[in-house]
Amino acid sequence: MALKQWLLAGFLVSTCLVSIAAAGPIENYSPVTAERLKNPEPGNWMHYRRTYDGQGYSPLDQINASNVKNLTPAWTFSTGVVEGHQAPPIINNGVMFVSTPEGQVIALNAKTGDEYWRYKRQLPEDLFQLHPTNRGVGLWQDKLYLATTDDHLVALDAKTGKVVWDTKVQDYKKGQYLTLMPLVVDGKVIVGGSGGEFGIRGYIVAYDADTGKELWRTFTIPGPGEPDHDTWSGDDWKTGGAPAWMTGTYDMDTRTIYWGTGNAAPWPGETHPGDNLYSTSVLALDPDSGKMKSYFQYHQNDSWDWDEVDAPMLIDLQRDGRTIKSLVHPGRNAIFWVLERKPEGIKYVAGWPFVYTNVWKSIDPNGKPIADPAHKPGIGKRVEFCPSLWGGKDWPSAAYSQKTGLVYVPANENFCGGFTGEKVPLVPGQLWLGTKPEDIGLTPRPGATHFGELQAWDPATGKKAWSHNFPKSQLFGSVTATAGDLVFVGGTNDRMFRAFHAKTGELLWEQKTNSGIVGMPIAYEVDGTQYIAVQAGWGVDAQRIQDALVGKVPGLENNVPQGGVVWVFAVKK
Amino acid sequence: MCQDPTRRAVILTALATGACLASSRSSVAEEDLPGSNERPQKADVLVFAEGERAGEEIKPQDLKAGGPPVRAWPKDPTTSVVRKGSRLNEVLVVKLDPAELDEETRSRAAGGVVAYSAICVHTGCPITAWVKAASGDKDVFKCVCHNSEYDPRQSAQVIFGPAPRRLPALPLVAGDGPLTVAAAFVGKVGAQQAR
Repeated sequence: MALKQWLLAGFLVSTCLVSIAAAGPIENYSPVTAERLKNPEPGNWMHYRRTYDGQGYSPLDQINASNVKNLTPAWTFSTGVVEGHQAPPIINNGVMFVSTPEGQVIALNAKTGDEYWRYKRQLPEDLFQLHPTNRGVGLWQDKLYLATTDDHLVALDAKTGKVVWDTKVQDYKKGQYLTLMPLVVDGKVIVGGSGGEFGIRGYIVAYDADTGKELWRTFTIPGPGEPDHDTWSGDDWKTGGAPAWMTGTYDMDTRTIYWGTGNAAPWPGETHPGDNLYSTSVLALDPDSGKMKSYFQYHQNDSWDWDEVDAPMLIDLQRDGRTIKSLVHPGRNAIFWVLERKPEGIKYVAGWPFVYTNVWKSIDPNGKPIADPAHKPGIGKRVEFCPSLWGGKDWPSAAYSQKTGLVYVPANENFCGGFTGEKVPLVPGQLWLGTKPEDIGLTPRPGATHFGELQAWDPATGKKAWSHNFPKSQLFGSVTATAGDLVFVGGTNDRMFRAFHAKTGELLWEQKTNSGIVGMPIAYEVDGTQYIAVQAGWGVDAQRIQDALVGKVPGLENNVPQGGVVWVFAVKK
Repeated sequence: MCQDPTRRAVILTALATGACLASSRSSVAEEDLPGSNERPQKADVLVFAEGERAGEEIKPQDLKAGGPPVRAWPKDPTTSVVRKGSRLNEVLVVKLDPAELDEETRSRAAGGVVAYSAICVHTGCPITAWVKAASGDKDVFKCVCHNSEYDPRQSAQVIFGPAPRRLPALPLVAGDGPLTVAAAFVGKVGAQQAR
């Protein structure tokens, strides 16, 4: 080969989007069918929360309360990427897919940690990444789907990592971006847009899994002539936020998807008068058409930046002598919500504060919380409120154990905050908060003994079963429960990954990792061995909370190193 | 996106225009002009990016010593094309006490005036604040997205937060006229992807 040709060939290889490692390509890949998604094998983790109901529960029990003390690292894998690694490793019969910030997907041998291939999204140089993260890949047949921060939905060949199709969803230069794991239902890939801080109009959109063709798009703010449009004033509906940037859950029996929506924009409610449907709500949608069946709004005229984007869990509860097909959602607004999926729509059942709040005076019989005006931010006045704008529980997901009947909540207690609202013009593509970022406060409550709190609640009775407190750290990571009577969570600034007894809350095991963990733990099985996996990689809001607490909490660690590592554990035999 | 509210906090654009985090926008036609996407070049002059004087050339005497910085675009003096076709061309200009500047920074300054890329090298957010440093009592550049802080007196080196490297400096020419670019950005502007 002539030198010139050799150099050219080298250049082409170096700019390729997919790298193939020694372990690849993947052979004997198991196609992901509708039936497998509806009834996943116990050893696999193919949904955001393993199953469509969003419970975050694994039926595996080889690793259990008796032997978890022997849990040790089986293998690790450095992603080479910094910032918040929030995605669950996705498992399909021995193949693991992890997604990272900057739009990378890595396919690994789930037993050995050997790399099959890596896809690197070539993000635009001028991209403004407020939330540089990704929450996972969806699976269908022999493809997987990645939503990117430059607002594309990409289909990859699961065996090779090569791009099958690439669809532009909207324009990243206008503050549109994607961070969620796509929800796949019967050959439709469904995603929702982030960008509530940029004055966007939220939406949920479905694409054909094979072609990338858009099938339907439902805006989370109704336009003129649509029901509930009158809950907005003037043109506020065009820029009112209500983003949908977390994966929805799915009721297979009624063919209904449930999706959480974010805050109204900009933050102070005075700037967008009205109830502002369907911000801070759960929406019930037909997955075939996108048509809205019902909704429930967690709070009206949001003024606190309280996204309610984490989709509710679908749980059958025994309550008041009958089975309730419930929606359970520990809210960022500090209220633990129990709703019911009734044929006529979503109905309020019960709600109670699970952390301290000074905002809500009461909840009316229809489930409408009544705010104290003294703690509602307004224009030109600084208002303090509890919990802080990160809420009682932010996007990190709770879990439900089918064995204990308890819901495990990654809560934050004793954090308050405040800001001064102001009217500011919207500049497309620029932050639009309605306050000066430097004015935002995060203040520990006087006398606070702790901040992060892993809570176990009985959703049927509203009683707290146990809690574990973290004196020097927030708790900012998703929770996973297993049939081994275990609850796994990271989320603290001491870089620990922990296992608790699901019934008693006893701390049974902990392991320090390379970085902090904001990722979602999972359980899986290969060749008869159960594993626990999680991505370490501190960043985004967990880092922001740390920075905000510098000097306010004695002994607080603010030196959590960044850098992603996939940690996989097994019980030492 | 919080920080201690007791720090003296200034939003650059709020000072200039009263608009939080806004940056000036031009029509598509303006941004499509030849050269508008090109990075700043030697002999370009700097113009105000926003406010009542948007588009006007910036002279050292227009700046207040000790800050806050102003946002600027480079302009080709020959064609009069303002290079605002890419947000990566936006520049922060601040006048400081020359005695506070380290040798390297002084070599790129026009008197006490220094210029840097306005785009945080962490994840590409705009740098919008001029606030007291997390440690110390001097005002520094801050990216409010992820709390990275840069000291413009020391080649904009990172003094807090996750940013992996300093802000690219834009060397200036000392003179009596408008602020003029002496050379291209020192370093790559914008965020760098992982390899």
